[in-house]
Amino acid sequence: MNFEEHAAKPLLRAVGIETPPGRLVTSPADAARAAAEIGPCVVKAQVPTGKRGKAGGIKLAKDAQDAEAHAAAILRLTIADYPVERLLVEAQVPIAHEMYAAVLNDPASKGPLLLFSAEGGMDIEEIAATRPESLVQLRADIRNGLSRAEIEAALPARLPCDRGALADLLAKLYAAYAANDAELVEINPLVVTKDGRLIALDCKFSLDDSAVPRREPLAASGTPDKLTALETRAKDLGLKFIELDGEVGVLANGAGLTMTTMDAIRHYGGSPANFMEIGGESYTKAKPALEIVLSNKNVKCLLVNFCGAFARTDVMAQGVIDAWLALKPQVPVFFTIHGTGEDEAVAMVKQRLKIEPFDLMDDAVKAAVAASKGGRA
Amino acid sequence: MIIRRSESVLVQGITGKQGTFWSERMRDYGTRIIGGVNPKRAGEKHLDLPVWASARDATKDGKIDVAVMFIPPMGVKEAALDAIEAGIGKIVCLTEHVPVQDTMYILAAARERGARLIGPNTAGVVTTGECFVGFMPAFNPRVFRKGSVGVVSRSGSLGTLLCLNLVQVGLGISAFVGIGGDPIIGTTTKDALMALDADPGTTAVALVGEIGGSMEEEAAEYARTMKKPIAAFIAGAASPPGKKMGHAGAIVMGDKGSYAGKKSALEAAGVTVCATPSAVADDLRKRLAP
Repeated sequence: MNFEEHAAKPLLRAVGIETPPGRLVTSPADAARAAAEIGPCVVKAQVPTGKRGKAGGIKLAKDAQDAEAHAAAILRLTIADYPVERLLVEAQVPIAHEMYAAVLNDPASKGPLLLFSAEGGMDIEEIAATRPESLVQLRADIRNGLSRAEIEAALPARLPCDRGALADLLAKLYAAYAANDAELVEINPLVVTKDGRLIALDCKFSLDDSAVPRREPLAASGTPDKLTALETRAKDLGLKFIELDGEVGVLANGAGLTMTTMDAIRHYGGSPANFMEIGGESYTKAKPALEIVLSNKNVKCLLVNFCGAFARTDVMAQGVIDAWLALKPQVPVFFTIHGTGEDEAVAMVKQRLKIEPFDLMDDAVKAAVAASKGGRA
Repeated sequence: MIIRRSESVLVQGITGKQGTFWSERMRDYGTRIIGGVNPKRAGEKHLDLPVWASARDATKDGKIDVAVMFIPPMGVKEAALDAIEAGIGKIVCLTEHVPVQDTMYILAAARERGARLIGPNTAGVVTTGECFVGFMPAFNPRVFRKGSVGVVSRSGSLGTLLCLNLVQVGLGISAFVGIGGDPIIGTTTKDALMALDADPGTTAVALVGEIGGSMEEEAAEYARTMKKPIAAFIAGAASPPGKKMGHAGAIVMGDKGSYAGKKSALEAAGVTVCATPSAVADDLRKRLAP
């Protein structure tokens, strides 16, 4: 779960990292009032994505009138599919130097990784690619964390700021990562001011989705995924559902198998209408899942692909059949069922729906693709 | 990470619904289940097996080779540390939605004690005809028949389909290694590939990957050194890439993770990358023909 800047920065302040004074506003008039209090400021679009500056979502304002005009313009923008609805109005900072710092979960070392570069700003990826020696990479044993001394020893010899103060800030950044089940906490730029202070001008924070149940108050300030009405209904039921623009409705168990079913539909010349996964603990929710898949008006046929390991295909098939008989949808349906509970599941489909499941997924997919092109049966 | 019938298996969370259901199936198949753990029911019998308060208590009565967890996400860290502390060498974590920082903690402790974690979020491992640990349909003869193809898969459901496809073309499976779908896991695709390479019962490998992460790219480096034929399917060619926040991911990962990147890395290592799981089975059947 990603956090917008205004929701991420309090996590830095909580561990003692300085950020510029600012106000969150939603209208040009409020932006003007905030600027009148703060003085020369920066008006920043609040959207959970990068490249805001390049999209025109960050503007310097010298006074209230200036802030109001910029706010009005930025509130009309849509950045990476996110319409801008909130702005952060922050005091301008006299920048002497821009640096970069982050702590993230590192799949390669299977532990936390602290990244630091004395050169930061928008081109950090290029700096990392072209001058990797200027990027500090410090791996941590999560059981012990990272001490100020360890960090200080890893810092480059030449720094544009006080060495001890920087080590102290990075230790605090690690603390913010560890205390909040972060996937990533990133400061870019981390600025050295003309009077030598260290200030986080921006902050990106992603919360590990699996940790949400134990971080509920924190998760409430994150940005929820943008969902359609149908996707929201599915999410409320604990189902992972994504609406797509094709015609073959998909119901499968497990993310891997569901992705594969979609791949196979494309491979055989069709187009999936959705991603709907009822694996894991949600295998008992086949009935509401099917109702949601069929609520999509683009669906011209349904493909049910079950390969039960943990998810019992007999339980899933029963849910699908119950829903099918209750809804009586006027579209053809194609089954392929294997794995745990297979015999019972196949027998139920044959007996109650009078349909013969396909033995090969490929054959079921081909039949569904053909039906999707022939219109409604 | 290939588990043999001779190895003893402790089930953490044996008394729950899923623990009970799968313990019975594992035992019926031939897995040497020696008992389970539930702190609230220590001293009782469940499925005619002893129940201990902890893995540490269980190992007081003798060495245990494998622990498998039927434990909810927020309890996994404590249960895994208990198993590691008890000196159990292989720990299979089936649980989905384990907080990643907990997984990292478990892995740091496991590394120190020389224990291997398989998972989290794995469907488990199968040694066809010997035993299985986890929740794979090893007992379904249409999905698992004894043979010589080793299968490594991040996904349980897709791994099941691949095994089925192998059996449908007349091949069989030596061992299935489910490694799990989480971003950070104890046993990687490359680790599983190395184990299958070393396994005398395995003559070919079916590799089942997914978009995201860099495990397939790392496995490709090892695949280059292997003599056994390998065919792969990577799920997600038709899925949009996930949205990434910040620059750190791009700095660490570079251009790894995409379908095209994985396909070209594997093909450069001599692996056949197929468009469907059934094509993997067809390819291996041709290459294994006498």
